[in-house]
Amino acid sequence: MPARASVDQPWQSRVAWGLGSLALFLVFWEVMALLIQHRHLPGPGLVFAAMMREFASGELTFHIGMTLYRVVVAFILAMLIGSAIGIAMGRSSRIDRIFDGWLILFLNLPALVIIFLCYVWLGFTEVAAITAVAVNKIPNVAVTVREGARSLSRDLDEMAHMYRFGWWKTLRHVTLPQLAPFFLAAARTGLSLVWKIVLVVELFGRSNGVGFQLNTYFQLFDVAMILAYALAFCIVIQLIEFGILQPLAARVNRWRR
Amino acid sequence: MTAALHDPLDIRVVRKIYPASGVREAQPVLKDIAIRIEPRSFVVLTGPSGCGKSTLLNIIAGLDSEFEGEIKLGGPETRVGYIFQSPRLLPWRTVRENIALALPDGDPKHARIDEILAQVGLEGFASQYPERLSLGMQRRASLARGFITEPDVLLMDEPFVSLDDPTAEGLRELLIALWNRRPTTVIFVTHDRAEAVMLGTRILRMSAANATIVSDDTVNLSPSERTDKDKVRAEKNRIFHET
Repeated sequence: MPARASVDQPWQSRVAWGLGSLALFLVFWEVMALLIQHRHLPGPGLVFAAMMREFASGELTFHIGMTLYRVVVAFILAMLIGSAIGIAMGRSSRIDRIFDGWLILFLNLPALVIIFLCYVWLGFTEVAAITAVAVNKIPNVAVTVREGARSLSRDLDEMAHMYRFGWWKTLRHVTLPQLAPFFLAAARTGLSLVWKIVLVVELFGRSNGVGFQLNTYFQLFDVAMILAYALAFCIVIQLIEFGILQPLAARVNRWRR
Repeated sequence: MTAALHDPLDIRVVRKIYPASGVREAQPVLKDIAIRIEPRSFVVLTGPSGCGKSTLLNIIAGLDSEFEGEIKLGGPETRVGYIFQSPRLLPWRTVRENIALALPDGDPKHARIDEILAQVGLEGFASQYPERLSLGMQRRASLARGFITEPDVLLMDEPFVSLDDPTAEGLRELLIALWNRRPTTVIFVTHDRAEAVMLGTRILRMSAANATIVSDDTVNLSPSERTDKDKVRAEKNRIFHET
């Protein structure tokens, strides 16, 4: 690990730069708000005040909680199903040939169409909402994991065979570690895609969640509230990125030179 | 001691063909090979590159089953170890984990990992990841993994190729020491004639043109003579008719 730490910049420095960059943006925003002086461009202070009001009333926590719940369920479903499809397609050239066309079709199907169809076919239900989000994400996961499954090392497979690893040891110590970077790549791009689609799904067919709130305040032209909800949810997603995905990536990559 | 240890190995490859591809016709890469190997002998398969040595080794290992013939390595109980040309360590597992994984769970030999790491000169590197080690050290770890399982038959495919001379020399001496400590049946593939003579008790030469074994010689060197460069050179000249 020391070899790595000396190449990368220390985390304190990274955090400092990140915070500095953010502060610069807030200053820029405040200056623009002061110059333009329009109620459709509230400054950071007003947005922060709106955020605190919603937080105090419990509304913010409730709606973010609902959105987060949909993000997590849809994300897990998409990762599991997409990985299974990706591994099957990467390992079997026959399955790959049969379903490659389907994958391209679903990749190019607009998210909006999938959302409409799910609501029409399954009704305005939670199941429809989560299905719509998962179906949007599954092809992305499948494509990424398929690349990983295609590049599995035959050398290591032969080694595992000669040393009588058996299927469980082979899966755990040979196959999954080779796929881990691909799972991780799918997870990181997936998280940002999933939460954006969840908001659209909520806007069309749910009566709670950040998407629903955004739509409500859009109808009132309340830009401060729109920004308050959007920023609050951005913060939650960043916490997941820094708190879960980045430590996971560091763990998965700890053996690299 | 299983019966497998005392039975000779019988290797018979009537024909091995690589299928035709594009402009090239299907050609036999191996034919008419019949070898009987006594237990605990150190057999070296040698010949120019492309003569089918590695293909034959993969057939013996059971990694390649598309051939006409029969391989008898004793019985289903026979443990076969394979030390590959590249070390083939799992980069995401430490040296110790790589060696431990070659053993079944609960095998008492797990207690011997430190001992074998010391024998190959890797004490202190047990918790390192392979990619942080030099190629020579990775090869040592691969040797340790091959030996810890105490295989009845150990297959080795040019395990010391692309190392600098002193490192390769050190590893050969290490291999002789490990083998003397626990003699097992070894089939060792190399194109290096001096290496063949230094290590083997018997040398089988293959030729690319005939796709088969063209000579079978016994090496007349005592264990102590194997580290003597002049003795090795003289024996090499005798077997390979070099001057």
